Amino acid sequence: MRTALFLLLLLAVAAVPGSLVPQTSADPNGVAQYKIDHPELYPILKNLQVFDTYTSVWFSAIYLLLFISLIGCVIPRTKHHLDALRAKPPRTPVRLNRMGGFRAVMVPGLVEWAVPSTGSGTARSATEIVDAARGILKSSGYRVVTFDKPGEASVSAERGYLRETGNLVFHIALLGVLLAVGVGGGFGFVGQRVVTTGQTFVNTLVNYDSFNPGRFVDTNTLSPYSIRVDSLDVVYEQSNADARGEPLDYTAHVTAKTPDGKAEKRTIKVNEPLEIGGTSVYLLGNGYAPVVTIRNAKGDIVFRDATPFLPQDSNLTSQGVIKIPDGLSKQLGIIGIFRPTAAKTMANGPISTYPGLDNPKLSLTIFSGDLGLDNGSPVSVYALNVNKLTQIAGPTASSPGLDLKPGQTAQLPGGLGSVTFDGVKRFASLDVHHDPTKTWVLIFAICILGGLLTSLFVPRRRMWVKAIEQPDGGIRVEYAGLARGDDPGLDAAVDALAAKHRALIEPQQNESSAAETKA
Amino acid sequence: MGIYALAFVAFALDLARRGARATVTAETPSAVARRAESARAAEAGGGAGAGTTTMTRITKRVEDEVNWGRKQSTSLRVAFVLTTLGFVFHLVGDILRGVAAGRVPWANMWEFSMTGTLIIIGVFLLVNIKYDLRFLGAFVTGLVLVLLGIAAVKYYVAVVPLPPALQSYWLVIHVMVAIIGTAFFAIGFALSVVQLLQSRRERQVEEGRPQQLRFLQTMPSATTLENLAYRTNIVAFILWTFTLIAGAIWAEKAWGRYWGWDTKEVWTFIIWVIYAGYIHARATRGWRGSRSAWLAVVGFSAVMFNFGVVNVFFHGLHSYSGLGS
Repeated sequence: MRTALFLLLLLAVAAVPGSLVPQTSADPNGVAQYKIDHPELYPILKNLQVFDTYTSVWFSAIYLLLFISLIGCVIPRTKHHLDALRAKPPRTPVRLNRMGGFRAVMVPGLVEWAVPSTGSGTARSATEIVDAARGILKSSGYRVVTFDKPGEASVSAERGYLRETGNLVFHIALLGVLLAVGVGGGFGFVGQRVVTTGQTFVNTLVNYDSFNPGRFVDTNTLSPYSIRVDSLDVVYEQSNADARGEPLDYTAHVTAKTPDGKAEKRTIKVNEPLEIGGTSVYLLGNGYAPVVTIRNAKGDIVFRDATPFLPQDSNLTSQGVIKIPDGLSKQLGIIGIFRPTAAKTMANGPISTYPGLDNPKLSLTIFSGDLGLDNGSPVSVYALNVNKLTQIAGPTASSPGLDLKPGQTAQLPGGLGSVTFDGVKRFASLDVHHDPTKTWVLIFAICILGGLLTSLFVPRRRMWVKAIEQPDGGIRVEYAGLARGDDPGLDAAVDALAAKHRALIEPQQNESSAAETKA
Repeated sequence: MGIYALAFVAFALDLARRGARATVTAETPSAVARRAESARAAEAGGGAGAGTTTMTRITKRVEDEVNWGRKQSTSLRVAFVLTTLGFVFHLVGDILRGVAAGRVPWANMWEFSMTGTLIIIGVFLLVNIKYDLRFLGAFVTGLVLVLLGIAAVKYYVAVVPLPPALQSYWLVIHVMVAIIGTAFFAIGFALSVVQLLQSRRERQVEEGRPQQLRFLQTMPSATTLENLAYRTNIVAFILWTFTLIAGAIWAEKAWGRYWGWDTKEVWTFIIWVIYAGYIHARATRGWRGSRSAWLAVVGFSAVMFNFGVVNVFFHGLHSYSGLGS
């Protein structure tokens, strides 16, 4: 117990640093920022695995030790409990007055029974009195055993085996959760994909923007369903001055095609993921994807696409990169800032003042030169490396950057061609999760709760009723109980048993003859 | 209309707060009165005279009461009635906030504080039906007052609509149970604090040293307090376990995973582990009594930290405080 207590407290303390420092799993950008902010501290913490606290060696060691100590505790207890379940309640103690809630009464040995067939008076034995108590205890869920010897009879009863059962279920279910989580981590996967409205996402590995499989995931056997995002509706608060622009609802209307070819109109909302092909598809983000057409000097289209721009603030000031490697006389790289509702003045820089499309504006800074795409190394589509590029339109170039409203066209500097801002689409950022053991985790979690309830609230107690024939012909009846574990109701329970028993063994008319003695 | 509703709600909330405040001003003297009473008892028993400094702070009404030798229970009863009255006003204010917002009134820190303190008082009143815990009144109302004060100064936000992530029936279940659990932890905490004071006093009595805080003489023994605290805390622990599980189910629906070591999740887990330790401590030789009570105090500090610090200063997915970032 002391070990468990020590490890529990240690676990609580060990969990703290993970909440103080950003974690790679939950907040990778935060970790990167931390590296910049604390260049001295970062390598030390990194080596201590503080950025991955909950998968770190030391944290794992604590909870594994805790679970080993738990197993070491649960196995013998289960064995003991199984024995106890089969065993009879123990022999009645000789001296009941040392037990909880002890009380004793004297009842006469000769009773006027109100049953005509047995005549007017009958002697009764201690055994009969104890039998009555046995009946009461048995019907209130006690396991009972009676002991008989000349002149004295007793019943020993025990109840509340469920308490220990619940306790064991609770601890075993904890192990179950750990196991299920571990297995789920090995066989589950998480993938992200940004889908512009009108686009279709097919669930195969190549279509993911990022994909984190568990150790045992076979990426060739992903369920080949597809999801087409037909539209994405976002509602913003407009009337409440305190919350203007706060999102009220995101709904993605999609056409989902299951592997067997059935197409179905479905919706994905923030709290309502789409369950398809053994995976859950979540709508975790959204943003704007301006549609831009670029023509060469002759007027031929060299690029036309909706490019997802990443939101930079809550009013969806968004930034994105368009790369034109082919079709023009030079390679072009464009950094665009899209504002759904451009502020009237530039006093605060190019920002948006409302997330809805009230005054959409696209501002482009254009670079030409080597995009670095030709040597085959992977390059992020959301970043532009400007080292080998020259700004040809923008703040540091001779021509100013281009500001476009939907439908407008502007000429690229140097007669390269033209750029047209055709309009804006929305994109949805979909997360696809597969977790084969989450149902098991839920089942174990319910067991934890159930086990906890029974183990803390079912009282485990022993009860005894003993009847001793006295030399004067009377019978002394003793009642007592023993709490096993926390049991505030023991006294009351012995009281209730005694009252019930006496009502049974004392016919109404003889009530006054029972003299209570409390030892 | 929205603004009108806001003004109305703010007004109602202020009323509720003043109700609670009035309760406390009445309740605190009651504790003082009892202190004075026990001091007089001590004097009668030959103990050192005390309580003169506290006496100066007693209001005229209570002073009269004590001097006339009436039972202290009058002021206790007044305090209890006032607490109930404050609770009713508080309840009305809270419901009005819910009506004005068109949803359950616990979606940001201000509303959580409002409802949380309401439930603390509610649980306190409810438990009093079964056990006479009125001696805890000053502690409980004091705690509530401090929390409400902080909330009113720091956390007030106007009614704003729910962000999509909170639009779920789990908001009702998960947060409600968390609030009730917190309320039970709060009462358990108050009991543990009194238990610690009481066992200190009992030790002083044993060693024949002079005692401070004489009002403790009127309260149950440390063992009784410990049992009561334990029972309150296990109820809270079960509610907390449920909160944790319900939160995991909701997280699975909203964020795509049931557990992600988000800061709030971490702290909820830490609290769970501390109280699990508390329950184990009760069954460990040498850890019963004051040591386990200290664990309960640490546990409740973690609950308050989770609410007051993690929500506001820590970066995480549970950033629903509604405070400007």
